[in-house]
Amino acid sequence: MNEQSTYTADREAYTQSSLSVVQRTKQFLQRITDRAELNAFITINANRAVISAGESDERFTAGLERPLEGLVVALKDNISMKGLPTTCASRMLEGYTPLYDATVIERLRNAGSVFIGKTNMDEFAMGSSNETSAYGVVRHPLDATRVPGGSSGGSAVAVADGMCHVALGSDTGGSIRQPAAFCGTYGLKPTYGRVSRYGLIAFASSLDQVGLFSLSIPDMEAVFDVVAGYDPMDSTSIEAPSIVSIPTDHPLRVGAMPLSQLTGCEQSILDAYGKYLDALRASGARVVDVAIPHSETWIPTYFILATAEASSNLARFDGVRFGTRVDAADGDITTASRTAGFGTEVKRRIMLGTYVLSSGYSEAYYGKAQMARRLIRDAYVDIFKSVDVLAMPTTPTTAFSLGEKSDPVSMWLSDYFTVSANIAGIPALSIPFGTDSAGLPIGMQLQGAMNSDEMLMSIARGLKI
Amino acid sequence: MLFGPTGSGMRTGYNAVIGLEVHAQLTTASKAFCSCPTDFGAQPNVNACPICLGHPGTLPVLNKNLVAYAVKMGLATNCSIREVSSFSRKNYFYPDLPKGYQVTQYADPICFGGSVEIETDAGVKHIGITRIHMEEDAGKSIHDLDIDTLVDLNRAGVPLIEIVSEPDIRSAHEAYQYLQQIRQILMYLGICDGNLEEGSLRCDANISVRPDGQDDFGTRREVKNLNSFRNVEKAIEYEIGSQIDTLKNGGTVVQQTLMWDAGAQKTKLMRSKEEAHDYRYFSEPDLVPVVVDEAWRMELQQSLPELALAKKRRFIEQYGIPTYDAGILVDNSDVALMYEETCSQLVPASSEAFKLVSNWTMTEMLRIMGEHKCGINEVGVTSSQLASLVNAITNGKISSKTAKELFPDMIGSGRVAQEFIDERGLSQISDEGAIKMLVDDVIRNNPDNLKKYSEGKTNLFGFFVGQVLKASGGSANPSIVSSLMKEALESVQGSNTLEE
Repeated sequence: MNEQSTYTADREAYTQSSLSVVQRTKQFLQRITDRAELNAFITINANRAVISAGESDERFTAGLERPLEGLVVALKDNISMKGLPTTCASRMLEGYTPLYDATVIERLRNAGSVFIGKTNMDEFAMGSSNETSAYGVVRHPLDATRVPGGSSGGSAVAVADGMCHVALGSDTGGSIRQPAAFCGTYGLKPTYGRVSRYGLIAFASSLDQVGLFSLSIPDMEAVFDVVAGYDPMDSTSIEAPSIVSIPTDHPLRVGAMPLSQLTGCEQSILDAYGKYLDALRASGARVVDVAIPHSETWIPTYFILATAEASSNLARFDGVRFGTRVDAADGDITTASRTAGFGTEVKRRIMLGTYVLSSGYSEAYYGKAQMARRLIRDAYVDIFKSVDVLAMPTTPTTAFSLGEKSDPVSMWLSDYFTVSANIAGIPALSIPFGTDSAGLPIGMQLQGAMNSDEMLMSIARGLKI
Repeated sequence: MLFGPTGSGMRTGYNAVIGLEVHAQLTTASKAFCSCPTDFGAQPNVNACPICLGHPGTLPVLNKNLVAYAVKMGLATNCSIREVSSFSRKNYFYPDLPKGYQVTQYADPICFGGSVEIETDAGVKHIGITRIHMEEDAGKSIHDLDIDTLVDLNRAGVPLIEIVSEPDIRSAHEAYQYLQQIRQILMYLGICDGNLEEGSLRCDANISVRPDGQDDFGTRREVKNLNSFRNVEKAIEYEIGSQIDTLKNGGTVVQQTLMWDAGAQKTKLMRSKEEAHDYRYFSEPDLVPVVVDEAWRMELQQSLPELALAKKRRFIEQYGIPTYDAGILVDNSDVALMYEETCSQLVPASSEAFKLVSNWTMTEMLRIMGEHKCGINEVGVTSSQLASLVNAITNGKISSKTAKELFPDMIGSGRVAQEFIDERGLSQISDEGAIKMLVDDVIRNNPDNLKKYSEGKTNLFGFFVGQVLKASGGSANPSIVSSLMKEALESVQGSNTLEE
């Protein structure tokens, strides 16, 4: 792997003028070119990135550097940036360029960040392997025959392979944490509402959350500090009322998911999990087994809610105002455009979502999933009365092979450990934790109560890996 | 009276049950979920932004005034206000619906369980309001051009409220009155311009018929596109007749959605029950619940103006004007306001004067408003001017006839009646009509002297003239008084002679 550089270290070098932002940006751009076979990027913002890096250098020279001056960021290609094509890795958005900046972009820009490009992903963030992209699969940095995970596969690769300092992704059911685990980076899915969704092209609005990939916790903390917070453009965003911190009056109480609930895990994952709990104990935590109720309902609940919302969210792609338009002999532009523009997995989920909301079935599926969601959320609230965090693996396996999971249901089941945090709205962090015998990274997860994002990062920082 | 296919004579034995759904476009400055303006008549697709165009990644932010307006309407129609309500998505594809769904309220509308009063021949009747909910409008598809279908999204996202009545309406005329009442309340609240022709007020009717004596409702059919008050009444009348025909001929009414074809003067099929959309409603995840706490509700309650019906009753009571006059004066809140402002400037303030103001308003002011299609404040005659005119009449300074002649010159002049009277010497001195009134009064009030005069005591002529001059405060022209008195006394004498 390329020399990985953290922003925290580079900022030190920028300040001492031993490295310029332009130099660093050009190195990253070179790496993207050198590793083109990984297919991590859909759009490279080379010219604008170098110009903006130059501005950052001037700021450092003038002593006017801002909180994230010279931070080089890659953006998942479902986050809107004015003037730069945004594709969601779909033919449907061919030729579409946003007229506005997402709130996260605006905040990062104002803090001095450099945007290096838009990363590849599963089409409309629907997938767990980055194989559904209309722009081709993304390959694992350590083994080109394997997947990097998804849906934010390009962002995970960009960070893991030294193409940027940090990357933004979106996590609807594990789309940050799973590729972070597969590629060996940190991956944070924040508390629902902590980061504005304005400008994130919606997959499932009540589950989607913009989050981060980084090589270090200090980098993640610095970026989170800038992007988090209430946004008047997103009614569901929140200013965290009171941030949950590491308890000082008692040892950290960690609830460990018991073996009986670790469905479908490879031995390497189970082994790593044991070591992970040991590491938590070594850092002073008290670890107790906590079975999480209703875990059997996580996957079905997630797929009903996510597809229902997706079927509605993706209705605006009708060929009328932007993106792909296919003319039809019968005048039905919408059907013709959607048939041509969407890939198989997206169509599958739109159909499923339409079905679960349709008259006569809505109560049995969508209605029930809403009830299950309340139960799942309530169960988490209860659990966090007796423990401070929950520990579990991020994924049941390490990175699997391209084409290995051709059956959609087996692919969906691989999201078992990640979807419940989205259903409950709680924050979850994937921590790189060793490798399997083939040297493939393993990720371990921390989940906490609402607004415990900062605490999860603090715990991870103190962990001896 | 309007008749359906069978004519009302054949209708006996059946009665109609009608409920109305009224969509009112609200006059908030900006759209429901973005800051675009809502002006009517702008160039196509000018009042649009990434949010109301449904661009990917954009999110709605609720306009607080939409909530305030909806609550006002709810309070004005005696509804309960839900403290916490929410939005849903109504999903369907149409080129003028940018997001592929309409943001609306479904399970928990902001207002529910109200009623409005209408005045029927049989007395006051209450029509129940099932619910009032907030939603956004779609854009406009323009099909009737040769080229293609054109889409104008200026209207996309304009705030609406939908007011759903209970099935309490029993005739086309009641439906008409109910709609008038709703429109009047909306306009009194200043939240909708009430224009059916321009589509800022839209009405759909659910109609069923049943045999007299049957409690259960018949199968209903919905009639859409009722874009004038006249069409509402005609379409309902037609549909009632058509349904009764069907039943009388042994058929059954099938649930359908119909369009009123104003050209052909009949309803036509829009879609059958089988073709009905499945809107796949679910709660809108991009918006948080709408909270109307007690403090806000009370504040809105206190901001409500006196509504038309209450005002009408008060006018009858306070000004002693006929019910008919009061109904006309309160129909437009600006007219009602000017009426009251005028009345407050009357000296003396008598019921006779109040009636005079009503007459002048209904004839002259409303006529000019109609001719110029303008509001009463654009007529060019202020309440002070109108009051000055009526005062001049009641004080006997000028006759009504003179006032009518003078009125056109007052328009736009900003000057009160007295100024014209002075300038033109129109006052009592030369106003024969006004002097004649005084002459007649004096004759009437002095029967003894009149008798003596008739019997030959002609030197009493001076007495009569003197009395008139005294009554006019010395301002009447003595020669006119003299000649008019002479005429009057002669005619009295003449008639006496004839009697004898």
